[in-house]
Amino acid sequence: MWEQLAQLVVNGLITGSILSLTGVGATLVFGVQRVPNFAHGDYLTIGAYVGFYINVILNQSLLLAAASSLVSVACLAVVIHLGLLRPLRGRGTVAISIITVGLGIMMRNSISLMFGAQNRIYAVNQSEVVTFGFIRLSPGQTMQVAVALSVAPLVAVFLARTRVGKSMRAVADNRILASISGVDIERIGLYVWILAGSMAGLGGFMLALGQGPFGPGLGAAPLFLIFTTVILGGLGSAYGALAGGLLLGLAMEVATWDGLAGGIDSKYKPAFAFLFLILLLMFRPRGLFGRSVVL
Amino acid sequence: MIAAYLPFWLFVGVLAGIYIIMSLGLYLQFALTGLPNFGHSAFMSIAAYSMAIAVIRFGVSLPVASVIGLMMAAAFGLLLGIPVLRLSGDYLAIVTIAASEIIRYLAINMQDLTGGSIGSLGMGGADDLSAYSMEWDQLLVQISTTLSLEGKFGSDRDLIMLLIVWALALLCLCAFWFMTRSPWGRLLRAIREDEVAVFAVGKNVVGYKLQVLVIGAILGGLGGLLLAFQIGVFSPDDFLPTLTFNCYLILILGGTNRIWTIPFGSILFSLIYSGTRFLNFYPISLIDSGDRAYLRLFIVGFLLIAINALRPQGLMGNRRELMIDS
Repeated sequence: MWEQLAQLVVNGLITGSILSLTGVGATLVFGVQRVPNFAHGDYLTIGAYVGFYINVILNQSLLLAAASSLVSVACLAVVIHLGLLRPLRGRGTVAISIITVGLGIMMRNSISLMFGAQNRIYAVNQSEVVTFGFIRLSPGQTMQVAVALSVAPLVAVFLARTRVGKSMRAVADNRILASISGVDIERIGLYVWILAGSMAGLGGFMLALGQGPFGPGLGAAPLFLIFTTVILGGLGSAYGALAGGLLLGLAMEVATWDGLAGGIDSKYKPAFAFLFLILLLMFRPRGLFGRSVVL
Repeated sequence: MIAAYLPFWLFVGVLAGIYIIMSLGLYLQFALTGLPNFGHSAFMSIAAYSMAIAVIRFGVSLPVASVIGLMMAAAFGLLLGIPVLRLSGDYLAIVTIAASEIIRYLAINMQDLTGGSIGSLGMGGADDLSAYSMEWDQLLVQISTTLSLEGKFGSDRDLIMLLIVWALALLCLCAFWFMTRSPWGRLLRAIREDEVAVFAVGKNVVGYKLQVLVIGAILGGLGGLLLAFQIGVFSPDDFLPTLTFNCYLILILGGTNRIWTIPFGSILFSLIYSGTRFLNFYPISLIDSGDRAYLRLFIVGFLLIAINALRPQGLMGNRRELMIDS
């Protein structure tokens, strides 16, 4: 029973770190650009397929695949920002929401047209098991843990210590105050998309790696988990999203623990997360660490 | 020539009529009141599933089951609306899109109740091919014998379906046309434009929003029921989240703020959507027919962006009444 709990905690931290990394991007994009990005999940999918192309079709290492996912989705995010979303700024959040939904539909179906609807899988041995003490991981999961352990602290340090990271948080926190304090909002806006794109690319790669077979709907399905992470942390709060993602990942996994009155059936995990979202909005709509004023 | 394609055009017509009803719900929520419901497909799905489950598993008669379906859609609207409508519109968009994903997920995973990914055929258990639409089909046959159609206009079934669906659609359009011109409708417009001002004159803003969300949910549910009757057998794949955005495209095609542009948008959409299967010239012929579905959806996404970017009031919309939170 305790072994199961340890295993669930590790799984929860893996899911949670993916949600944290992608959630930081989504929340900063919302805070800085005022874009509720409903295509964010499809950014993950594109990252996963770039990784697949490098890893399986071009037969390169997983590390190179991860790097390519990260770089290419970051580039894509910048292109979409400069080519589509920035020119349409000022249309109101509802219009921008519908535009990002349209963008997501286009991206998803472009992938279906290019790669077909069949499931794809990275060239890792999914049946092999790596054992650490009593925790058992697949090689894909081991790599997920390694990536999460190296990237998540980097992102946290970047946000806390660097000038650009601080500026991002400042603009998300109070745009006008940041602007009159000399922060170049346009430049920070671009950097935020680079951060969000690269984390979405990497997140998509990690998601595909852990999940095994994946199709063009890979990223669209957890989109609402990413949004739940964002709300959990408080809209626009970067640290909130980092913590919120881990919390949500853990809560979803630990809810299935036998020790909790048998736990919920693991196939109801997403429904549990949805219930979590509804309760959150009822009692803490500004997130667990949110400020008293929403943007 | 026309006669050969008549069954196809009947089918397109039925589809357009169903889309009118679905889009009308979204019109009230989104265009009139400014509530971005991104999970309209969830309400359709809930109504259709509740109806089918009531008929197949509990032997309820079809009219009662249909009412149950609509009530379930309304209840789900309340469930989402009560926590979310106090908050700003972004939250509603997020929660509804999450709801559509969850309902689909539950429909696939609660196999004992919903038939899993097989859908309505599997509801009665593994060795029993279940049907919910027997009473509906009997009704259609009855009408066609009364009118003694005998297949003069292609498929009797589709023709009568067309008449019923369009009658319902026009009835709903008329009813809501009157309602949107009433003080109630003006109040909803006022909420869209300036919630705080409406609140300040003492109106219960959240209560009105909740009304609209529930009415929209019922209209979505009605559309879902009609869709279920039309296709006869449904599975979770018939209620993909894309349905929601097809409705948005219909609203945007027609013009987001005039109720009479909805039929125009629906017909145009159904033509674009069904017409793409006849496109057989060079660049498109490279895509094999199985992949055309993706091309269609790609076009939906593209049009959503293009029309929003280039002509936000829609093809026939009223530019002056385009103020949603801008």
